[in-house]
Amino acid sequence: MSAVAHLQSELETKISAANDLDTLEKIRVEALGKKGAITALMSNLGGMQPEERKSFGAEVNKLKDNVSRLLEEKFTTLKAGAISARLEKEKLDMTLPVSTGAKGKIHPISQTIDEMIAIFADMGFTVAEGPDVEDDFHNFTALNFPPEHPARAMHDTFYLPDAEGKTGLDAKRLLRTHTSTVQVRTMQNQKPPIRIIIPGRTYRSDYDMTHTPMFHQLEGLVIDKNTHMGHLKGCLIDFCKAFFGVDELPTRFRPSFFPFTEPSAEMDIGCDRSGGGLKIGAGSGWLEILGCGMVHPNVLKNCGIDPNEYQGFAFGMGIERVAMLKYGIPDLRTFFEGDTRWLEHYGFDPLDRPNLATGL
Amino acid sequence: MKFTLSWLKEHLDTQADLDTVSKTLTSVGLEVEGIEDRAKTYAPFKTAKVVSAERHPDADKLQVLMVDPGDGKHLQVVCGAPNARAGMVGVFAPEGSYIPGLDVTLKKSKIRGVESNGMMVSEREMMLSDEHKGIIDLPADTPIGVPMAPLFGLDDPVIEINLTPNRADCAGIRGIARDLAAKGLGTLKPLTIPSIKDDFKTPIGVDIKDTKACPQFLGRLIKGVKNGPSPEWLQTRLKSIGLRPISVLVDITNYFTIGLNRPLHVFDADKIKGNIHVRLSTKGETLSALNDKTYELADGMTVVCDDSGVLGLGGIVGGTFTGVSETTTNVYLECAFFDSVRTAMTGRALQINSDARYRFERGIDPAFLEDGVALATKMIIDLCGGSAGSVVNAGAQSAWKREIAFNPDQTEKLAGIHLSHQEQHHILLALGFTVDAHNMIPWKVTPPSWRPDIEGSADLVEEVTRIHGFDSILAVSMKRDSAMTQSAMSLDLERRVDTRRALAARGLNEAITWSFMKSDQAVSFEAVPMNDNKRASLTLTNAISSEMDRMRPSVLPNLLQAAQRNADRGFPNAALFEIGPVFNGTDPSEQFFAASGIRHGAMGERDWSSKDAHRAVSAYDAKADALAALEACGMAATKVQITTDAPSYYHPGRSATIRQGKEILGWFGEIHPSALEVLDVKGPACGFEVFLSKIPAPKKTGTAKTLLKPSAFQPISRDFAFIVNEDVAADSIIRTAAGVSRELVERIEVFDVYAGKGMEPGKKSVAITVILQPREKTLTDAEIEGIGSSIVKAVAEKTGATLRS
Repeated sequence: MSAVAHLQSELETKISAANDLDTLEKIRVEALGKKGAITALMSNLGGMQPEERKSFGAEVNKLKDNVSRLLEEKFTTLKAGAISARLEKEKLDMTLPVSTGAKGKIHPISQTIDEMIAIFADMGFTVAEGPDVEDDFHNFTALNFPPEHPARAMHDTFYLPDAEGKTGLDAKRLLRTHTSTVQVRTMQNQKPPIRIIIPGRTYRSDYDMTHTPMFHQLEGLVIDKNTHMGHLKGCLIDFCKAFFGVDELPTRFRPSFFPFTEPSAEMDIGCDRSGGGLKIGAGSGWLEILGCGMVHPNVLKNCGIDPNEYQGFAFGMGIERVAMLKYGIPDLRTFFEGDTRWLEHYGFDPLDRPNLATGL
Repeated sequence: MKFTLSWLKEHLDTQADLDTVSKTLTSVGLEVEGIEDRAKTYAPFKTAKVVSAERHPDADKLQVLMVDPGDGKHLQVVCGAPNARAGMVGVFAPEGSYIPGLDVTLKKSKIRGVESNGMMVSEREMMLSDEHKGIIDLPADTPIGVPMAPLFGLDDPVIEINLTPNRADCAGIRGIARDLAAKGLGTLKPLTIPSIKDDFKTPIGVDIKDTKACPQFLGRLIKGVKNGPSPEWLQTRLKSIGLRPISVLVDITNYFTIGLNRPLHVFDADKIKGNIHVRLSTKGETLSALNDKTYELADGMTVVCDDSGVLGLGGIVGGTFTGVSETTTNVYLECAFFDSVRTAMTGRALQINSDARYRFERGIDPAFLEDGVALATKMIIDLCGGSAGSVVNAGAQSAWKREIAFNPDQTEKLAGIHLSHQEQHHILLALGFTVDAHNMIPWKVTPPSWRPDIEGSADLVEEVTRIHGFDSILAVSMKRDSAMTQSAMSLDLERRVDTRRALAARGLNEAITWSFMKSDQAVSFEAVPMNDNKRASLTLTNAISSEMDRMRPSVLPNLLQAAQRNADRGFPNAALFEIGPVFNGTDPSEQFFAASGIRHGAMGERDWSSKDAHRAVSAYDAKADALAALEACGMAATKVQITTDAPSYYHPGRSATIRQGKEILGWFGEIHPSALEVLDVKGPACGFEVFLSKIPAPKKTGTAKTLLKPSAFQPISRDFAFIVNEDVAADSIIRTAAGVSRELVERIEVFDVYAGKGMEPGKKSVAITVILQPREKTLTDAEIEGIGSSIVKAVAEKTGATLRS
């Protein structure tokens, strides 16, 4: 057996026997390192005859290639084994619970208002707001409530002590019973065209199954030269379809009465009560959803707008009511209790920001 | 307002069925609230004859009847009624019918082995009365096989409409009929006014002291009447709408009230002393009223009196003393016009809801007094006999005629429907308006005397449009005038919307609580203590309860109490926020929105991975919430100053004010234990209040962001541990360190604060990391050293700190 063949057999045995990366590295150095056996064989080449050098050189090169290949193969195997061995030790109980961080919920009233704003903004409305503590003029007189109107009576309106230095109706301070007060303030301060919606808190002194002393309204006002009842219908039908997410929503406008609109109407939407539940959409029933009408000429006059030149419509709806209908919330009074179970159940994820692109 | 279909047909000649009537009522603005169609409920039940009655073979108390339901077939029915006998006529319920009084649907059955097909029913089973001693026993000549409903007066559907306050005229059935006729549902039957011969002069005079309260009063004596129960038809009319028949004289007044919207009053003339005086009451007068209650009157209520005193409240309720009874033979009929406002105020003050008040406060027809008296007199004489005296007519007809200029083209402009002038003219005439058109525009339109609600041309547009039908108005979608170049929301509203989402994302649930609270508790939550006047100005004069009688000066108390309620139910550790109004005064400028939140009890869940996952809430949690709220509005936490002067309801040592310059942006901290005690809330609790509108508006215009200039050089960090007196604020160390080189110091982190063992008493160690960001070139070691020693020197000078070795 030649020295080369001997060396090859010896190295093959060693490589094969190596069972860790350190041993393998040692073998590599012993064979291929600067002072290694194969390197030593190569250094003999210099003293050889050309013929001999050629055949011996080829033989050693082959040996070197073979050993390198074996080393690499063994390296790959041992490395994989080493990682497996490490990972084998690194086990965790992946069933342990982890905290994803607490996340609170958005109150259904806020979510509903955001939805309404998204729909009306697309129709060119902007949002207006105003104070909760108001005076008689903005809540009643300007809105064509005669001085003796029953809604002014103690029964419905919360009053605060009269303003100092004033008398009679001028002195009356109250909590607004509707957000129409902001319609008045806007008409007083802004030249038409006007296209606003007004969400906000409103107050009436009623507390039972279906009334709370504080509730929310969203009102709308459009004033320009040509807006008529056809626009009122179109605007509100489009709103209700978008809000309830029902394309084929039956709607009905009934003549009604409000001091501040003429003609006045109430809007009903179709519903189905068969089967015990309540489903918004086609069916045999009707649900009253909002009040509306063409702004009364007296209201325009009271707010400094010429009724011979301008006209328009107004509407108002209870936010709790439509939220209850849309989201199936059974009891009005629970809205204001701050019960965390209720808030977490009926509330909305803060990242769920209403927009028209994803539907409402 | 309730009425029956047949009563409606007294005034309306129509072939329309109930469903059409109902839909039409709603379409003209007389919203149908409910219909009770009893004919439908009783449709399965017909009269039947008991052909034979035999003892049940297996039961003593049962009989086996053969019943003829009118079709000649004989059905076997097992019956337990003692009065069942051969030859009697009763009411038969076939199998499959629903028995209202038993709440069961009949099935064919075997009773003690004998087949029974349906049942003979009692009055109680039919819910006609409580009678259950036996089955219904009809007169023997009653035809068999006919529906029971008409026999019992149950075939007249009751319609209830929700009458809007403007439609005074439709508080009478005739007014409703007129609307339906105008809509084309039939014709309004004429009302024939009888002429009554005066047999004598009515001796009771009338004098009106206040013609504003009572512009007109008609009185008439009718002698020799016989009072007693009303005829069946009249009783049925009244009963069908829930009125109790009393006596024919009283029933007639109710019949006029409901049918013709003409409230009347009848006195026993023999009990009237002297003459009638209509005047305003004075405080202290009393009335024992026909509703069995006694009222103490205030000043200024309209009273009808005789020489001895108050007999009744005009337009509201009569008195017992002069009321008619079975023995009344001479009756004095009152037909008057009382002012609507005063009637409403009196009724409200005394809390009397009567059919008369309901109508007078809406406004009855001022031109229907003379005719009303004539019609009522005729009915009294027809039903009670007697002879009529002359009519005493005091006062004068209240003025009602007014002319409205109306351009019929306004209907299209306002309502958006095209209706020819002729059609509009036709509708107005049908509603009783007088239209002077003469081819002239505007028309001169006079509303009828029964429509006090019609004021101007917009009302006429409504009349024309509602009769024509709102359904015919074509819906037109509203489009934006322009592309959405501006936000639909104000900056302030956008901030509230953003902050709401940011706070919820931090784990606080959004609550909405009352804008009011208990006044006793509110005083403890005034940021700046208010004087008594101010407090009074924010206290409701008619609160529902003392728990909610004051406009809240802060949102925190309501949230804290909500948290405690949750804890009391077994759900502790509430984290709640609310963005809502607070009230420092009644002026609009003193009402503003506060973004407020609280954390109660503990934070987080207990967790295997961290001992600190579940811990008591602290002022730092509130600080983080407050700063997050500010950041949601674009206000960086590094741009605000923290000063230790929060309102008194915060813990004095564990709370702070967030400022930017002079402006207070908010407060945060632990809630003062005494404040919690006031609310009956168990601590710990922390909270914050941030006033979003106080954050300055961004100066930037346009949409482009400033250009990013990232440094090409790596940042370097150096740690320093300073030993300072315990009362040195970390903030002053940070600011001083940062001030050494505003250019190079990128940020400073506080990574350790320590006091206690190993530390001199009264001292603490504050360890910071200063991150330097070179901009122009890499810093040399010497340069970094230099900055380091400058920082140590500056902090030592400013705070007396020494470097911890």
